[in-house]
Amino acid sequence: MKIVVCIKQVPDTKGGVKFNPDGTLDRGAMLTIMNPDDKAGLEAALRLKDQYGAEVTVVTMGLPKAEEVLREAMAMGADKGILVTDRVLGGADTWATSTTLAGAIRNLDYDLIITGRQAIDGDTAQVGPQISEHLNIPVISYAQNIKIDGDSVIVERQFEDRYHVLKAKMPCLITALSELNEPRYMTPGGIFDAYQQEITVWGRANLKDVDDSNLGLQGSPTKIAKASDKVRKGAGEKVTLDADESVSYIVGKLKDKHVI
Amino acid sequence: MNLEEYKGVYVFAQQVDNEISSIAFELLGKAKDLAKDLNTEVTAVLLGSGVKGLADQLAEYGADKVIVVDDPELKDYRTEPYAHGLASVINKYKPEIMLVGATAIGRDLGPRVSARVATGLTADCTVLEIGDFPLQAVPGQEQLHNQLLMTRPAFGGNTIATIACPYNRPQMATVRAGVMQKIEPVKGAKAVVEEFNPGFTPDNKYVEIMDIVKAVTETVDIMDAKILVSGGRGVGSPENFKILEDLAEVLGGTVSCSRAVVDSGWKPKDLQVGQTGKTVRPNVYFAIGISGAIQHVAGMEESDIIIAINKDADAPIFDVADYGVVGDLNKIVPKLTAALKAEIAAAK
Repeated sequence: MKIVVCIKQVPDTKGGVKFNPDGTLDRGAMLTIMNPDDKAGLEAALRLKDQYGAEVTVVTMGLPKAEEVLREAMAMGADKGILVTDRVLGGADTWATSTTLAGAIRNLDYDLIITGRQAIDGDTAQVGPQISEHLNIPVISYAQNIKIDGDSVIVERQFEDRYHVLKAKMPCLITALSELNEPRYMTPGGIFDAYQQEITVWGRANLKDVDDSNLGLQGSPTKIAKASDKVRKGAGEKVTLDADESVSYIVGKLKDKHVI
Repeated sequence: MNLEEYKGVYVFAQQVDNEISSIAFELLGKAKDLAKDLNTEVTAVLLGSGVKGLADQLAEYGADKVIVVDDPELKDYRTEPYAHGLASVINKYKPEIMLVGATAIGRDLGPRVSARVATGLTADCTVLEIGDFPLQAVPGQEQLHNQLLMTRPAFGGNTIATIACPYNRPQMATVRAGVMQKIEPVKGAKAVVEEFNPGFTPDNKYVEIMDIVKAVTETVDIMDAKILVSGGRGVGSPENFKILEDLAEVLGGTVSCSRAVVDSGWKPKDLQVGQTGKTVRPNVYFAIGISGAIQHVAGMEESDIIIAINKDADAPIFDVADYGVVGDLNKIVPKLTAALKAEIAAAK
């Protein structure tokens, strides 16, 4: 079985967020991690590899620096890493990102593609389903459990108040929730091996069946009109009183506001 | 793509078990505002099996027209038949704007459909308005009017971006539940109902539903609550939530919680407020023993009145609270409950 896992290097939102003058993110200026949902997707792939035997290829699109998350994935147990990087791919929205990744994946053999549900920078949850559409294969989003059954996958698909047990013929794309599992750590041997291995680097020329008009900032249907740090409404009152006075204070406010 | 051909504000009227989801009514409320600004109509798109009878409800909440796609393949949500249904409606009717709920269904359906009809999709919007793109005129670039401007948080609520989709149609957005206001339903309102079936032929993309497992839950939806008494890790134990439940009961409110509480297994996920939980906007939100991580604040900052009780005077929750009380919740909350009980009894 061949599994492709799409991963993304994302800014650690605990650090600061920085923008370019055009409103897009200045990714080079921020601390980075492997996106948590993607890491869960990778872990799911590695468990399928442990259980059924599989070749796991990780693919990322980003700046040359994104090679770091591929190394991390390989140190966890992925077999191959592909970095898709090219100046013309920069500034992509989810549409242009998904056409790019689909263009890369068309070069690969796969039974299963796993992506994270969403990345913590954009939080859109769009790229996985959009890749599946470009590749004309089924998608199962929000996977909380994945099993293989012959030429099919059986997946528990989470909704707000229920889950569906779905069966899809492979090839199929699955988006993983970070609740799916607890990702394994890199091993020292794995880290050593990961740095010995070649990473494949692809640019625009390596993307298959993709038109230039669907790539990068120019090929993105959505345009940023404005981006800024969030302005919050600001703090109200803050008091430090003993318990009885605190109670009187709160009751007084609830009366003033006609809650009681 | 001739953009002029695309007219009207469309809403995906999500239903589950042939019951319209609240998000559909919220979207209709917003769609009515947008349609007024654009001098156009609101159309609800209803997909399902045996759902035609639900059209009147959509009319009462503001739909001028309802397009019904009724087919046995649409009985329970599956990505492919629903994507085919909605994409076919878009290709035939050419809406200017297509709104979808940012639900577990909409966040799967939206991207699949947007990719199929080759347009942009802005996720999890919190503000939608009609305006110009670019916002200010730029020399050498045509300023387009009557564009849908979609505002959304990103980076766990650290930043906010306004997005347009100026050169593709429809302009598609998913909208978080609990953010837009539904209108007071107009009893007896009727919409023009049109049935449309693009034909559904199962292929490799049709997945099989082997089982549907519903969560057994007796709890009230926290998104509908007028008063929420929300607890965080500071509450200390699942047993100690009892003092929050007592307070909620006195005020006719509901208990909710932070992510830390769900992660600790103290409360179920459907009570979680925040970025990965639910967005709430009650009249009064009590944040008790909640530090106020930005992901939590993103889900409750629109509450009318926020009252925080926390022993840490530097907790970020005090940055958004209208009324902050620094102190021990174990001492304050039971006394508050007793005091409110006495006040309410006296007022009767």
